[in-house]
Amino acid sequence: MDSALSEDPVALKILIAGGFGVGKTTLVGSISEIKPLKTEEILSDRGIGVDDLDGVEGKTTTTVAMDFGRITIREGLVVYLFGTPGQERFWFMWDELSYGALGAVVIADTRRLTDCFPSIDYFEQRGTPFVVAVNCFDGEASHSVEDVKIALDLEDHVPVLLCDVRKRSSAKEVMIALVEHSLRTLATAP
Amino acid sequence: MDDEAGPIVRPYALTKGRTRPSGAMLDLLALVTATGEAAGSPEQEAILRLARSPISVADVAADLDLPVGVVRVLLADMRDQGLISVTSQAGPRPSERVLKEVINGLRAL
Repeated sequence: MDSALSEDPVALKILIAGGFGVGKTTLVGSISEIKPLKTEEILSDRGIGVDDLDGVEGKTTTTVAMDFGRITIREGLVVYLFGTPGQERFWFMWDELSYGALGAVVIADTRRLTDCFPSIDYFEQRGTPFVVAVNCFDGEASHSVEDVKIALDLEDHVPVLLCDVRKRSSAKEVMIALVEHSLRTLATAP
Repeated sequence: MDDEAGPIVRPYALTKGRTRPSGAMLDLLALVTATGEAAGSPEQEAILRLARSPISVADVAADLDLPVGVVRVLLADMRDQGLISVTSQAGPRPSERVLKEVINGLRAL
C-alpha cells in the first residue's frame, strides 16, 4: 500500500488580510481557484452603531462574503486560503478563521499604510506567524522594504516583501515566504 | 432578479429557523463524505452529490452558494441521519516534512 495515500488528509489554512481594497481578492485569485464564501453573521454591537438599521429593527444578521481559495499540493494535502473580511466590525469572525491557521499574509499599500495596522496587531497578539506583502500597484516600489519595516514597527524576524498580487509568480513568492517563515517559527517554538 | 434586495427566502428558513447545528461544531475544513442516498430535501441531495468524494465544509458552502452557518446546520442533521460522515482535518501542528512538501508544491505551481 502506498504510504502517502494511507496517511490522514492534511489541510492547511492560510489567511489573507489587509485593508479594504488592498488586493486580497486579487492575490487569492492569482494563485488559486477562487470562490466566494458567504457567512450569515449576527451583527456585533459595534456593527449596530455603524449600520443604519432605521426601519429594519428586526434585522439581527448580515451576510458577509469572504474570498476562499484552494491549492491542491497533492491528494490528501491541500492549502486553503481565506480572505478575511476587511471591515473591523466583522473581526469576531477572525477568531474562528485564525484558529489552527498556519499563518497569514498581510497585504499593505504604502499609500494607506495605516490600513494594515489592525491586522498586524491582531496576528502579533495571537502569535500567528505572518508576512507583510507590500502591493506595488504601479509595478514600481515607491518605498524600500526597510522603510516599510520601520514604518510598521515590525519585529526583525517578520519578512516583508514587495509584490504585485496580480502576478501569479509574485503571489507564489509571497505564499512560499509565509510557509518558510511558519516553518522557522515552528522550529523555534517551545 | 434584484440581487441587491437579498434572498427571497431567509437563509435559515432551510434549517427551520435553527442557527446552531446539533452536536459538535463543524470546522470549515472538516471533510464531508456521503454515506447514504435517501435525501430529504433538494439541499441534502445537492450535498450528497458534492460529497461523493470527500469535500470540505467550506467548499460545500461555496458550491451551494449558501452561508456557512446554514450549511453547518444541514450537515449536522445529515450526520445525525447517517447520510454523511465527517472527518476533522484540524489536527496537531503540521510537521516540518509536510511544510517542506508544501513549499516544493508551491514552487512547482
